Amino acid sequence: MAEALIQVQHLKKYFPIKAGVFRKTVGHVKAVDDISFSIRRGRTMGLVGESGCGKSTTGRVLLRLLEATEGTVTFDGQDVIGANKRAMNSLRTKMQIIFQDPFSSLNPRLPVSEIVGEAMIQHKLVANKAEMKDKVIEIIGKCGLFPEQANRYPHQFSGGQRQRICIARALAVNPEFVVCDEAVSALDVSIQSQIINLLKDMQDEMGLTYLFISHDLSVVKFISDDVGVMYLGQLVETGSKDQIFDNPLHPYTEALLSAAPSFDPTNRQNKKRIILEGDIPSPAKPPSGCRFHTRCPYAKDMCKEIIPESKELEPGHFVMCHKAQSKF
Amino acid sequence: MKNVEAVAAPDTAVKVSNESYWGLVIRKFRKNRLAIVSLWILAIIVLLCIFVPLISPYGMEQTDALSREQPPSAAHWLGTDKIGRDMFTRLFYGGRISLGVSLSVTGIQCFIGIILGSIAGYYGKMADTIIMRLCEIFMSFPFMIMCITIVAVFGSSVRTLIFALAILQWPNIARIVRGQILVLREQEYMEACEALGISDFRRIFRHLFPNVLAYVIVYATLGMASAILVETSLSFLGLGVAPPTPTWGNMITEAKDLLVIKNKWWYWIPPGICIFLSVMCFNILGDGLRDAIDPKMKR
Repeated sequence: MAEALIQVQHLKKYFPIKAGVFRKTVGHVKAVDDISFSIRRGRTMGLVGESGCGKSTTGRVLLRLLEATEGTVTFDGQDVIGANKRAMNSLRTKMQIIFQDPFSSLNPRLPVSEIVGEAMIQHKLVANKAEMKDKVIEIIGKCGLFPEQANRYPHQFSGGQRQRICIARALAVNPEFVVCDEAVSALDVSIQSQIINLLKDMQDEMGLTYLFISHDLSVVKFISDDVGVMYLGQLVETGSKDQIFDNPLHPYTEALLSAAPSFDPTNRQNKKRIILEGDIPSPAKPPSGCRFHTRCPYAKDMCKEIIPESKELEPGHFVMCHKAQSKF
Repeated sequence: MKNVEAVAAPDTAVKVSNESYWGLVIRKFRKNRLAIVSLWILAIIVLLCIFVPLISPYGMEQTDALSREQPPSAAHWLGTDKIGRDMFTRLFYGGRISLGVSLSVTGIQCFIGIILGSIAGYYGKMADTIIMRLCEIFMSFPFMIMCITIVAVFGSSVRTLIFALAILQWPNIARIVRGQILVLREQEYMEACEALGISDFRRIFRHLFPNVLAYVIVYATLGMASAILVETSLSFLGLGVAPPTPTWGNMITEAKDLLVIKNKWWYWIPPGICIFLSVMCFNILGDGLRDAIDPKMKR
């Protein structure tokens, strides 16, 4: 088993809610509330969950695009949260992110060569502009663009091509770890598969480790080695892809999987659809006890009072649920 | 589709490849005929203002008692006024003041506005609150009355006029810059910059500034136009530049009399045309520049 490249422990991110004339803090949105996981080198961890459950926040806190409220993140043994400016600057080349929206994530006033190449200059990975240009052409070539497209501007590209530019920009600094924040969600299905294949090819070539954030279960199933399921800022279940998809132990995971359409028509009849009642509660006032108890079909009294712990029920398969831990 | 492009494109692509961002802007600007015409007209006015001592044999304040209130002739292209000064000479000496005042006003207000607006937008919080409240205070002054007060306190001179106009108008541009930076700061490419560890300097000057610049340039050219108008109206009211120094505004003042308007058209039509042309050309130029700078506009 390979070593853990990314290690996250008890990570919390609270956003203050301010109100009144004096902007007094009246509460916190607990976007990420005490999550722990690790990703092994060269593997892909999928992070799934419904909108607003804190997936993207987690990705951003890992890269310190947002400051964590509490907890630790280590990259290859190196502390990320407490890193000073200089240490962080060198970490920047090792950890990268690909965003969801390929339209707002590229500066419309810079040509592709500069978008992709500026970080190389910044981190002195290339000696001069000519070398930068060669490298840019090489990297965009790998990402499926043509050399002459290096001088064009973002608006001259389609959504899929723009996402290729974003990937090229992220990979230009030779990172080891890439957060794909809904990287394919904004693209249509045929382009999605191209981009996913590109991500997979680049992973094989450069030995990348991914945190793949998505709400699309079929995409996650295709690309991930491990899967984490988030609900209301907590990681309710983690395990290998097979464990999660074939043997979901948390009722939320079950419900999530049952909502995904099946491609096998014979399977469709005997598939049981679990319909969750109500909406996702506000992360500013999460329910007491198990956070899922307000919507859980199996909830008992103890779920309302006692917060379940995350327990390893199978090797590598962690679940945060009283029922799965057969307490009732 | 892509392959076809790749095969067909190389020749043109090589040509495009050597073009810088500003090269592209100039190329697009050139295609806008109206803007080019405006630029030429402005250039002619400016050149006449600069070279008027070489073109005209008369001095700005040189009087000729023998030829007073003459209509245009070969000797005096735009006639003379009631003490026999050559109107053509005065028109372009006046242009120096009028254009000079608007240029300085625009320059100063852009300078103050960009710096304060950027600070407010980029750093936010306390700085934003203080600067924006200051803007609101300045914007709540009634413009004309404030101008009149400043001129009354400091005495009417070109410098006072520039100071009064710039100090009253910078909040406009500060607001525009702040608003733009607030929008841009939330763009994912700024987040990508942070993830890539791009320096603050590059982030401000390579990413934020060019995006704000388009708005500033457009506002500045439109601001030039309005500064000309304000200078003209203040001079017309006798609060701007005091005679005998000519400006387009106080030249028109001399034609206040209905009899002059009726009978001596050369008193007021030439400065009127100059004001009209320069204001309109600056407006068209501003529009043209905006289209050229915006990379999303095709051709």
